[in-house]
Parts: sequence; C-alpha cells; structure tokens
Amino acid sequence: MDHRIVILGGGTGGTLLANRLARGFGDDAQITVIDRDDNHVYQPGLLFVPFGLVEPEEIVRPRHAQLRAGIDFRLAEVESVELSKNTVHLLDGPDMQYDVLVIATGATLQPEETDGLQGPEWGHSIHTFYSLHGATALRHALDEFDGGRLAVNVIDMPIKCPVAPLEFCFLADWQLRERGVRDEVELTLVTPLDGAFTKPVASAHLEALLAERGIRVESEFATGRVDAAAQRLHSWDEREVDYDLLVTIPVHGGPRYIARSPGLGDALGFVPADRHTLQTRAAPNVFAIGDAADVPTSKAGSVTHFEGEAVAENIERFLGGDELTGSYDGHANCFIETGFHKALLIDFDYETEPLPGRYPDSHVGPLALLAESRLNHLAKLAFQPLYWHVLLPGHDIPGVSASFHSGAAPSAPQKSGGTQ
Amino acid sequence: MTAVMLAGSPVDVDAEGFLLDAQQWNERIAREIAHDHGIEQLSDRHWQVVNFMRETYLQTGSAPSIRSLGKTSGVPIKELYELFPKGPAKLAAKIGGIPKPRGCI
Repeated sequence: MDHRIVILGGGTGGTLLANRLARGFGDDAQITVIDRDDNHVYQPGLLFVPFGLVEPEEIVRPRHAQLRAGIDFRLAEVESVELSKNTVHLLDGPDMQYDVLVIATGATLQPEETDGLQGPEWGHSIHTFYSLHGATALRHALDEFDGGRLAVNVIDMPIKCPVAPLEFCFLADWQLRERGVRDEVELTLVTPLDGAFTKPVASAHLEALLAERGIRVESEFATGRVDAAAQRLHSWDEREVDYDLLVTIPVHGGPRYIARSPGLGDALGFVPADRHTLQTRAAPNVFAIGDAADVPTSKAGSVTHFEGEAVAENIERFLGGDELTGSYDGHANCFIETGFHKALLIDFDYETEPLPGRYPDSHVGPLALLAESRLNHLAKLAFQPLYWHVLLPGHDIPGVSASFHSGAAPSAPQKSGGTQ
Repeated sequence: MTAVMLAGSPVDVDAEGFLLDAQQWNERIAREIAHDHGIEQLSDRHWQVVNFMRETYLQTGSAPSIRSLGKTSGVPIKELYELFPKGPAKLAAKIGGIPKPRGCI
C-alpha cells in the first residue's frame, strides 16, 4: 500500500528527511515536499556575507534539485493543518491528505514583534544578517562604518544558531582591525542571557575570547523596545544601550500557519514534540524536525541532521504499526568562527555541556574542542560541499555519529565525544 | 543538589536555589522564597503568574519563557517586570517551586 507522507518545508530538515524516507520506502510511499519558494539557502553561510567572505549567490541553490527523483516538490503556501482530518489546506491549491505529516518549516524572523525595530531606519542604521537580503545590505553598511558604537543585539531566545551573534562580533572585530579602525569602534554584544552562551563552561571560554578582543558584553538585557530615532535600545527593566549601527537578531517564532492550526503549536508557533522520538504532542502521525520543533536543544543544522535518523526510523515504524524506537539524544555540534582564520568547535547533548577535548575521537581528534585552531576554521569552510552532497541527500557524515556518546562511526571503537 | 529548610519543610534545591522536586512545594515555601527576593507580599497578580507557570510546567514538563508568558498568562511583559524585577520567568519559576526555565539553549 502507498503511504502518503507530506513534509512541510524544503529546508535542511525537510530535504534530508525526504531523501532518507525515499531511500527507505522506494515505491511504497508517495512523498510530497511543500515550500513557498524554491531557494534553499545554506544558512551557516549568512554569517560570512556581511564581511564579503562569501558572495550571496554562492550559498543559494534550488530546493527541488536537492530532492531525490520520485519526490514530489510543490510550490505552495500552507493555510493551515486540520489534525482531525489529516489534511493540509493550501492557500492556492487543493487540500492534501496525509498518513504522516512532518513539520519542517523552521523558524521565521519576526522583527514586527519588537516595538520600534521596523521603520524608516530598517536597512539604514538597523540591520540583520539572519536573512540573505539582510546580510547583503549589512555588507554595504559595514563597508561604510569606520567609527562609532556597533551593537549586536539578541532580542530574545530561542534563536537559530545561538553562537552566530558571537561569531559576528569576532569577525567584525577582525575586519575592523584589518581596516585599521578598530580603535574608533565600541563593539558591544547585547544579550538576554546571563553570559556569552547558554552552557557554563563554553560560556566562560567564550567570554575570555571576547574580553581579549575588547568586545563588551551587556548581559541579561531583555530588549523591550528600540527607539530608532534616538538610536537607543531599551530593556524591560529600564536599562539603555546607545548605538550608531545596530545589528539585530529579531525574535524568532513559527510560521503563521501554525497559529492557524488548532492544537499544533505553542504560543510562539513552535511545535512541542517528544525530545527523543520527535513525535509531536499534537497527533501521533505528526512529527517535527529541526528549528520548527520545540525540544530543549539548539536550533541548528547539526541538530536537524542528527534528528533525521531518528525521525526517519520512527516514521517507518509508525507506518508499519510498530513501537517507536528511534531516539535522538540532543547531540549538537558547531564550529565557532573567531576571526583571524581560526575557529573553535563545541559538541554537546541534552545531558552533557560542551567541554574541552578532541573531536570526533576524544583522544586523537583531529579537531580541538573549545580551543581555537586553524584546522577548525578550515573544517567550517569545508563544510558547505558536505552540506549539499552528503547531509541533504540524507547520508551520515563519515566519522560523525548522530548519537553524542558514540562519537564515531560504528566501525571505529566506541569513544566518547565528551565525558560521562 | 543541596537539602535546605524552607518555611519549616525540607526541600532539595539546585545551586541557584530552584526546587528540584515540584512536589515538595507549598504556598508557604513560595512566600518565603519571594520574601528572600525582596517581594514582601505576593499579590493576586503575582499568584496568577506563579500558578500559571507551575501549571504549565506540570502539564508540559517545561516552564514558559518570558515571551510566551506575556502572550498566554494574561499579564503583559511590562507588568511582569514590575511584579518580578530583573528576571520574571526565572523568579516566578523559583517561587513556584519548578526548575529554572531552560528558555535559552
């Protein structure tokens, strides 16, 4: 019998999952991926655009071309999901029935949620690098910026890639030094967190790196509104930060159709799901993957990639009438660009915070955890081809396991990526 | 983990003073924690937030962030900061006897 699997979203999660499922089911499933556009952006590349290290067109490819033959790709806007009828309503097309639905529509930027952010100054003294258009506009603004107060402001968590604002600070510091104007610039990271990062050991390491570079951290700053005319950030508890150029990371939420679908999402539009099986609380035949899911780990490509294996297994088992055994452990890793051709790497899961060591083998490496190295930087640059050719097709990356505590591919001896 | 006495009851708390077991909580404990953080009297508005936090946690296994609190508790964010100065979500969770909201990962 033909199983009807509908995947909303053709980004990282939707694409790699569709490809995994297509391989697993062959002709036994009809897989449809729905997205409202055909532009797949390699999002880790956005960070490099404002600094001219990557051209915008280098990080965009057609979504449909990343999908295996036999997968149906449709351009459409989702109106809502009617859980009780296993139906997706489209704004401009016929209803779609599903046996299994996957929510892979990620997180959207919602600058309109913050008072004063959008207005005549948007694109002038206020920018973001969290979209391709924004990152490109910011490049021009940075080119012309040779003195004053540069504030990098995370408005609220959760955000995609929580280390990206830090990386932006490191790269800005580097570029301003290269241009010989660093002394003219006051660079401040304004964050709602109580430190540079969410996990204590990594946070301490990162704060030391920021301090070395003279980057100020304004922590526990919950941004309430932006006075764009006065170029000032106001927190809810009435603190203020002045800026000349604001790089904002707007509030994130789920896309609008989630709010229009009773029972599917939470107040922010994210979809509550079991943190191990990724089955949603909304319905047993609905799964979530990637940034769209409300699970207690980072919103990051590595997380989405590692979730893919468990979600694919669970969908196969669900359709076969079996108990769900696929289990994701919260494994996340990310390279953190620190400028000067260096980067550091962190690796963690639900239970273990990022710690110093080597990766993917805890004794041999070759990559250093929580320490800056040139090799880590090269690995970050080298990742884009792996993304298009290994990760999106739904393969495992050699030597990198989805599960945190196996640390290496099954053929290698069991070594932990971190400590118990 | 440390065992401490709060309002005459033994409770287990983490390094920052958040209760580890929501079942060990009672309203007297809530008042004592609030008092220790400079809230002399828990008003009806305070209780509305604390109870909402606690119920959400007990139902879903996680405490709401400030932003979802502002959208769903019936108390706007501005007022949340007046009721629970500095970190409303954190302080209301502590008073409500539930773990520190993860919110930010």
